[in-house]
Amino acid sequence: MHTPTHLAAELRLPTNWLDYSILGIYFVVVLGIGFAARRSVKTSLDFFLSGRSLPAWVTGLAFVAANLGATEILGMAANSAQYGVYTTHWYWIGAIPAMVFLGLVMMPFYYGSKVRSVPEFLLLRFDRSSHLLSSILFAVAAILIAGVNLYALAIVVEALLGWPQWVAIVVAGFFVLAYITLGGLSSAIYNEVLQFFVILAGLIPITVLGLKKVGGWDGLSDSLTQTRGGDFMTAWGGTGIGSDNPLGANWLTIVLGLGFVLSFGYWTTNFAEVQRALSAKNLSAAQRTPLIAAFPKIFIVFVVMIPGLVAAVLVPKIGTPGSDLQYNDAIPYLMQQLLPNGVLGIAVTGLLAAFMAGMAANVSSFNTVFTTDIWARYVVKDREDDYYVRFGRLITVIGVLASIGTAFLASSFSNIMSYLQTLFSFFNVPMFVVFIIGMFWKRASMKSGFWGLIAGTTAAMVNYFVIYKQGIIDIPSDQGANFVSAIAGFVAGAVVMVAVSLFTAPKPVSELQGLVYGTVSPGMSEAPAKGDDAWYRKPALLGWGAVVLAAACYIPFSF
Amino acid sequence: MSDSYSDKNVQDEVSELETKSVTAARLFDIRRIIGGLFVVYGVIVTIAGLVASDDEIDKAQGVNINLWTGLGMLVLGLFFLAWLKLRPTAPPPPSAEGAGPE
Repeated sequence: MHTPTHLAAELRLPTNWLDYSILGIYFVVVLGIGFAARRSVKTSLDFFLSGRSLPAWVTGLAFVAANLGATEILGMAANSAQYGVYTTHWYWIGAIPAMVFLGLVMMPFYYGSKVRSVPEFLLLRFDRSSHLLSSILFAVAAILIAGVNLYALAIVVEALLGWPQWVAIVVAGFFVLAYITLGGLSSAIYNEVLQFFVILAGLIPITVLGLKKVGGWDGLSDSLTQTRGGDFMTAWGGTGIGSDNPLGANWLTIVLGLGFVLSFGYWTTNFAEVQRALSAKNLSAAQRTPLIAAFPKIFIVFVVMIPGLVAAVLVPKIGTPGSDLQYNDAIPYLMQQLLPNGVLGIAVTGLLAAFMAGMAANVSSFNTVFTTDIWARYVVKDREDDYYVRFGRLITVIGVLASIGTAFLASSFSNIMSYLQTLFSFFNVPMFVVFIIGMFWKRASMKSGFWGLIAGTTAAMVNYFVIYKQGIIDIPSDQGANFVSAIAGFVAGAVVMVAVSLFTAPKPVSELQGLVYGTVSPGMSEAPAKGDDAWYRKPALLGWGAVVLAAACYIPFSF
Repeated sequence: MSDSYSDKNVQDEVSELETKSVTAARLFDIRRIIGGLFVVYGVIVTIAGLVASDDEIDKAQGVNINLWTGLGMLVLGLFFLAWLKLRPTAPPPPSAEGAGPE
């Protein structure tokens, strides 16, 4: 598996026994969580959804950590070194509004209807064909993304620690396999919460020391404005329609493509995320899951973007053919340059933890969809519950092995983040169209879900692989093309859904209770638990607070 | 394809599983693990900071980063242990909420 995306050999970190002890302790704790969570698994609901019993702060931190995989961290630092402060768009407009929408508007339907997965909602709202299609698409995508994580981990570990790639893959794969097979989703979520704190403990020192090295924020800003131009340090500079910027996107494609379609598709219908909220202990906690996650998400951009910007100052040629360092090397480079043994061990541990959590989020959602939505629904039906717990464990093993096999797919893309976004634009965009129309339009017919998914996926793929890759229209970057593909997929899916609905039978109103806006299901009317009426637990306050805070964050970067 | 599947089936199935679920009763509290790990890490990294050589401090731009990070992690760990002490895990309700009249 030798590919051109390997990190430079000079990135080897000066790790010593202290760093390895810190890493070793972490691996022991990870396995310990798996073994300790094992006794909490009795039913399939325990294994796949933690028995719908976790508190909101746990599911909320897991919600943000499931997205804070190492591919995201390294990829967003890479984005920053390449495009500058534009990176903030992936957080403030590309995440917060969608997370708030999920919590305030969609969660009552998801949680209240008691579905165990995102595809299961489609089964209730539409029909079996849309359910099966989305289940299979999701299962394939989850394995692909888990494979991307594993492959990226192997490259990074080889460069930083000198382990051969197969060793890194086997070790990380084994630990993920072990703790999910033992403790199911509880174990995955608990490890995500732990990883959240460890990764921050690694990233904050890198950010602080990096800033100090380049003379603080002013030094950073001055030096990049000089070398990369004034727009590099602003969020919106150069994004007028028709003007040229390195991102290859204008404000309209950023707002619609990234902020609306891609972001809502990812955050509201990607089961790897939504699953964390579905495991919450009641509707209030489920609603608060993405809202609690939104606050750390607003600020995480600083600890990934600043290291990327600092790397762009220290290595002006980063990412160009004349440099040994690629954009993805930004954070590893700073770790090597700035961190002494001790904190270095924490940062390495955080990075490995993030890789494993990124993979585990996909594996734990894959096993749920494969077992409850595919196996139990279409293949081996109506067996006793114990059977499905055993099958869930078996399919976890198979899923991890399959993701190891797909790791090589990641090698043909230079920027890991771009690869992930490409996949999301194909699989998640049509899902979002189908959800949004299905949830807000009673008339959307049973068949329209399936055809909306097909049309949206096809349109996004055609736009990306034919129209963009063949050069029929000129878009300067993969990221810009992703935004446009997402919009194309959304529009095609919406048009086809409306057209099909007009000619096919709607779902009987009696079967739509609790699934469509304006209807109520029994699960929604449960009384709030004791203490949930405290003002700081009000979903509306949390949600709007996050939106206002994200908008306010734009102000210093907009002029 | 006839589709007789309605939300009743899923809701009944999940409601029944909720009554048998044991996660709430048997799952340990994660605050204990976070607290414990960060206290251990905090102590290790703080000690590394206390015995830091000049080379290490120079590398980190003149900041004793091990000391500060170690103390920060120690505080976070103690915060979680204190939180656990002050607000222990609530015992699960005798009859699970989800098993109520639905």
